[in-house]
Amino acid sequence: MQSSVQTTPGLGKILMLVLTRDLRLAVRHWDQVLQPLIFFVIVTTLFPLAISPALDELRKISPGVLWVAAMLASLLALESLFRPDVEDGTMEQWVLSGQPLSLLLLAKTLAHWLLTGLPLVLMAPIVGTALGMPQSVWPVLAATLALGTGSLSVLGAIGAALTVSVRRGNVLLALLVLPLEMPVLIFGARAVDLAMHGEPVAGPLNLLTALLLFFVSLGPFAMAAAMRISVES
Amino acid sequence: MLAQVAATSPQPQLEARAVHLWRGEKHLLRGVSFALYSGELLQVVGPNGVGKTSLLRCVAGLLPTESGEIVWQGQQLPDGRDEFHRELAYLAHVNGLKAELTALENLRFGVAVRRAVTTQELRETLQLLQVEACADLPVRALSAGQKRRVALARIMLTRASLWILDEPITNLDKAGIALFEARIAEHMRTGGMILTAAHQLLLQGQPGVRTLELR
Repeated sequence: MQSSVQTTPGLGKILMLVLTRDLRLAVRHWDQVLQPLIFFVIVTTLFPLAISPALDELRKISPGVLWVAAMLASLLALESLFRPDVEDGTMEQWVLSGQPLSLLLLAKTLAHWLLTGLPLVLMAPIVGTALGMPQSVWPVLAATLALGTGSLSVLGAIGAALTVSVRRGNVLLALLVLPLEMPVLIFGARAVDLAMHGEPVAGPLNLLTALLLFFVSLGPFAMAAAMRISVES
Repeated sequence: MLAQVAATSPQPQLEARAVHLWRGEKHLLRGVSFALYSGELLQVVGPNGVGKTSLLRCVAGLLPTESGEIVWQGQQLPDGRDEFHRELAYLAHVNGLKAELTALENLRFGVAVRRAVTTQELRETLQLLQVEACADLPVRALSAGQKRRVALARIMLTRASLWILDEPITNLDKAGIALFEARIAEHMRTGGMILTAAHQLLLQGQPGVRTLELR
C-alpha cells in the first residue's frame, strides 16, 4: 500500500470531469441557473417603463443598459459559484487532492460561464431589439458580451474565492469586483455604441479580447491563492 | 536534526514536531509532537474544544502552523505538498457529498479527480460498507449514518496510504462501526496509517493502535 504508484488523471481529463459534474448539478437545480437570466431580462425591461417608450430615446441608451444589466446579472450569479462547494466540504477535498487547484477552479468558472454568461449572450439580441437596437448590431453585441462576460466570470471568481468564507459576503463581493470590471464595461458598451453608428469596432473588440486572455491566463492562480486562504480559516 | 539521530528505525512516515497553534487569543496547541509509523492507528483524544480538529487540519495542510514542523517521509511540509496530498485521504466533520448527486456520482467525481476508477469498483466498495442499496439514490435521501458510510467509502477508494479522519464514526450504528473497524484493520495490515480525532476509541488494545491525549 505504501506510496502505491497511482496513475493520476491528466489535466484535460480533470477539466472535463469538473465540467460534467457542474453541468449535471446545474441540471438538477436549473431554477437557480435561470435566475441571473431572468434578472437580466427584467432589469432591461424596467428602462422603457422608467425613461420613455420612444424607441429613439431607448436606442441611444441601449448599449449601456444592456451592458450594465449583464454586469449585474453576472455578479448575481457569482453567489452560487463556490459557496455550495465550500459549505459541503467538496472544496476542502479539492484543495487536498494533490491536483492543481487553479485548474479545478478554472474548470468551475468555465462551467459557470456556460451556465450564466452564455445565456446572456444569446438573450441580449432579443432584449436589444426590444430597446430599438438595429439588427445589424447583433453580431457585435453578441461578440462583446461573449468576450466581456468571460472576463467578468474570471474576475468575479477571484472575488468569490476571496469572500466565500465571509458570511453574507455578497455586498463585499460587489464592492470588490465592480470597480475592477469597469474597463470591461467601458470597452464593451463603447464597441456596441460604435457599431450602432456604423463605425469600426476593431479597437474595443481587440482590447476586450486582450483583457479576456489576460484574466484567463493569470486569474486561475489568483483564484487558487484566494481559495486556499478562504479554506484555511 | 537531533530528532533524526534519536529516532529508532524504521523511520516514521509522518511526524509532528512541537506544533503550536493559536486561534485568536487562545493558545490552542501547545507543542504537540507525535510520530506515526507504517501500519499504525493514532487516535487523538481530549475534551471538546481542545484542538483535535485543528491538529488534524494542521497536519493535512488546511491550517498553517504558527511554529513547529510537520514532516512527511523525511520532507518538511509544505515542500512536496502535492505528493503528500496524493497520499492523503481526509475526512472532515462534513462529508463532502453533494445532496443533488447520487452516492455513486458523488464517489465517481470525488475519486476520479485523483485516479481512474470503474463503476464496478465503486459499487464493490459501497457493498463493503453495506450501503450498495443507496448507490443510485440522491444523497439528500440518505440518513446521516448512510451519508457517513458513503463518505468513508470515498476514503477507502482514494487508495491513499494516510487517512486523516475527524470523528469518522459519527452517526454510525454498531454494525457500521464494526464494518469500518474491519476496514481500518485491513488498511493497517497493508501498511497504511490512520490519524483520527475520536471520542469513542476504535480497535482498542490491538497492536499498532495508540492514543494521543491533548490537554
